[in-house]
Amino acid sequence: MSVKPFLRIDNIRKRFGPIVASDGVSLEIEEGEIHSLLGENGAGKSVLMSMICGMVRPDEGDIVYKGQSVRFASPRDAIRQRIGMVHQHFMLVPNLTVAENYILGQGSALSVISDMTSVHRKIRALSERYALDVRPDAIVEDLSVGEQQRVEILKVLFHGIDLLILDEPTAVLTPQETDRLLSLMGDLVKDGKTVVFISHKLDEVMRVSNRISVMRDGRVVNTVRVGETNARELARMMVGRDVRMELPRSPKPPGRIVLSVENLTCRAETGLPAVRGVSLDVRAGEIVGIAGVSGNGQTELSLALSGLLPVDAGRVILNGNDITGLDPAEINARRFSHIPEDRHKHGIVLPLSLSENTILQRYDRKPFATGGMLNRRVIGEHTRDLIKRFRVKSRDENQPIAALSGGNQQKLVVARELARDPDFILVNQLARGIDIGAMEFVMEEMLRQRDSGRAILLISTELEELFAICDRILVMFHGEILGELPPDRTRLDELGLLMAGNKDEPALAG
Amino acid sequence: MDDMISLTFLATLVGAAWRLATPLIFASIGEVFSERAGVLNIGLEGTMLVGAFCGFAAAAATGNIPLGLLAGIAGGMLFGLVFAFFTISIKADQIVVGAALNLLGMGLTAFLFRTYYVSTGKGIEIAQPVHIPWLSDLPFLGEAFFRQNLIVYSTVLVAILAALVLYRTSFGLTLRSVGEHPKAVDVSGRSVVGYRYAAVLVGTGLAGLGGAFLTLGHSNQFVEGITSGRGFIALAVVVFARWSPIGAFFVSLLFGLFYALQLMLQAQASIVVPYQVLQALPYIMTIVTLVAFRGKGAAPSKLGQPYEMR
Ligand SMILES: Nc1ncnc2c1ncn2[C@@H]1O[C@H](COP(=O)(O)OP(=O)(O)OP(=O)(O)O)[C@@H](O)[C@H]1O
Ligand SMILES: [Mg+2]
Repeated sequence: MSVKPFLRIDNIRKRFGPIVASDGVSLEIEEGEIHSLLGENGAGKSVLMSMICGMVRPDEGDIVYKGQSVRFASPRDAIRQRIGMVHQHFMLVPNLTVAENYILGQGSALSVISDMTSVHRKIRALSERYALDVRPDAIVEDLSVGEQQRVEILKVLFHGIDLLILDEPTAVLTPQETDRLLSLMGDLVKDGKTVVFISHKLDEVMRVSNRISVMRDGRVVNTVRVGETNARELARMMVGRDVRMELPRSPKPPGRIVLSVENLTCRAETGLPAVRGVSLDVRAGEIVGIAGVSGNGQTELSLALSGLLPVDAGRVILNGNDITGLDPAEINARRFSHIPEDRHKHGIVLPLSLSENTILQRYDRKPFATGGMLNRRVIGEHTRDLIKRFRVKSRDENQPIAALSGGNQQKLVVARELARDPDFILVNQLARGIDIGAMEFVMEEMLRQRDSGRAILLISTELEELFAICDRILVMFHGEILGELPPDRTRLDELGLLMAGNKDEPALAG
Repeated sequence: MDDMISLTFLATLVGAAWRLATPLIFASIGEVFSERAGVLNIGLEGTMLVGAFCGFAAAAATGNIPLGLLAGIAGGMLFGLVFAFFTISIKADQIVVGAALNLLGMGLTAFLFRTYYVSTGKGIEIAQPVHIPWLSDLPFLGEAFFRQNLIVYSTVLVAILAALVLYRTSFGLTLRSVGEHPKAVDVSGRSVVGYRYAAVLVGTGLAGLGGAFLTLGHSNQFVEGITSGRGFIALAVVVFARWSPIGAFFVSLLFGLFYALQLMLQAQASIVVPYQVLQALPYIMTIVTLVAFRGKGAAPSKLGQPYEMR
């Protein structure tokens, strides 16, 4: 088939202290293919790709690129060899323009920036060619996440690459943006480029890849052609057991109203109206979903409910008590759990240890503290228990949470919030960045919480997530709830129409 | 007061303001570089003192003012190297190291001065105003703008040059990025540590120059604590100026105006305000600006944070 592999990774090892991130990993990438990389959280995908693009140096092993053994000292070396990577976390300086970001680090340090017009011209030309819609003079921080992603991709193209590595590019994209990205990958391959694509979403992977490699525990366990496999088999390879894609759900009449929102109105941080008179009830023993394209007020709704954003009008009633305008600590103390959209901003404190992060809201209370002193033993036991139950991949409970892979950080947040014995659980993007094995587990856990009588509000842009566990789905558009549907896959079209803002469809009775 | 007198007063005031602003201009523009790269150097006061002392010592030994200025810059940079080593390489807390360097600067210069110079009581020649034909003789304008020494004039050049470097060169672009998103710079192949060292050295070199101006262009003597808080005021200037070099130039002039006003009002017999109140004017304005401009964005987002490489 292939004459000689375009890129060959040979028996690479990499440790971080006691953690083995790459345990003799070998992989071959062919020229002009889209090669997807799957694997559980912490399997070593990001670390492997960072070694290919010169960010991290391998301890042992060989990288053979275009027939030559290479050893990159920095990402710049890799870019010179026409290898570029779009990282899980963006590498764009927010207060610079797109063009300035592109020339960062180029040329000699002492050179004067003179020829910006030709840089702009080059950016416009590339942007047109791949329909990326990137303006060279836009300031990066003014752009949406999806736009920033396109800016990142164009940056790599601007530097001129043959091999493009995309690390979980779709985790933060809306379905429309994802479609656009996937077709862009096809265009790039047509232009003779090679793409490595990391994702946890099997449907995307099945759609675009030529070949798929599965990683487990720092090794590639299997490489298959896309035609020779299916989602179920891939899931089994990743997790090492069968993953249920459909979760059994017991029909159960919901109980009393736990959370009631009446006419809630609030503005975004920018001062623009974001939530416009939202009313909804969540009962004990039910999971209510909120679907919608991101940016339709979901972020502000969840921040306002949890006390992180001021409420302009309306009320939030929890267990019969008005909690509107209380501060987050008071709301937290009323058996209100929150799994936030942006875990780095609202969920965890990166430099603190796993233990410290698990008691963030309760560090001053029994059993974690007595008489103002922390009970290290109790805290440690509690954290170890959560780590075990939620299979958080970590060295021990005293490690800073920053050292965990993104998916494992998310698992710890979920574990902490469920362990607080809440009456109401607010979730915004349950499965952001977590692998399918963990997703199955977390979703089962949500259903268990529901069956034990808790009320759950699940905000998500992932329809799969909503269909899998919700009892009913509300659709949010432009800050309003447009309608309600049962979680019935046959009515996907209706849902799509509502998400696009089409209110006067007849079948709203749902 | 009739118009002529008040115009003369104004001209003198502006001339004095620029002179008094000069050390602040150097130090604050230097600090703009440092802070844009994410390094908050509160050790400016100590650094300026070292610059003032080195400048004085070198000029006293050689009688050569340019050499004295160079010694001031070198002294500041040497101090900056210590600061950079502890905060950038060792990743010690920038505030703690800065505070320690302030104390060290005060103690060290006082000690050396008492040991070697205080008994001699010797002054030095200072830089003299240059007479620019025609311009210096203009009525009022001449007094306000064209009777300064070369060091004072050079502040304009430094401000323009600083802005050009920061906004029009690859070095400046990278420096600004280092304070916002150091990892992006790392990925682009430039050394974050190298740029932070460079920024701190530019900053402390200019602070040293500002200090040296005090002994070589203003008073002809070194006095213990001669900077009298100018290093701290420069920190406030940077905030007020929104981390812009040209802004720092004009904000420093404003503070120079407060200094000059306080001096000239003290000399005015008709003013009944106690002189201590007037003396406190620049410091009061510092607090007012810091409170008024607190937390309004614009600060480099990684200011004060060491960079952890992966
Ligand atoms: N800088 C680091 N220091 C210590 N450990 C690290 C570091 N970077 C990665 N690791 C560890 O290496 C392992 C592999 O991490 P990696 O980020 O490659 O996982 P991943 O497959 O990308 O997971 P995810 O899907 O969650 O992004 C993890 O156990 C992680 O904790
Ligand atoms: Mg990863």
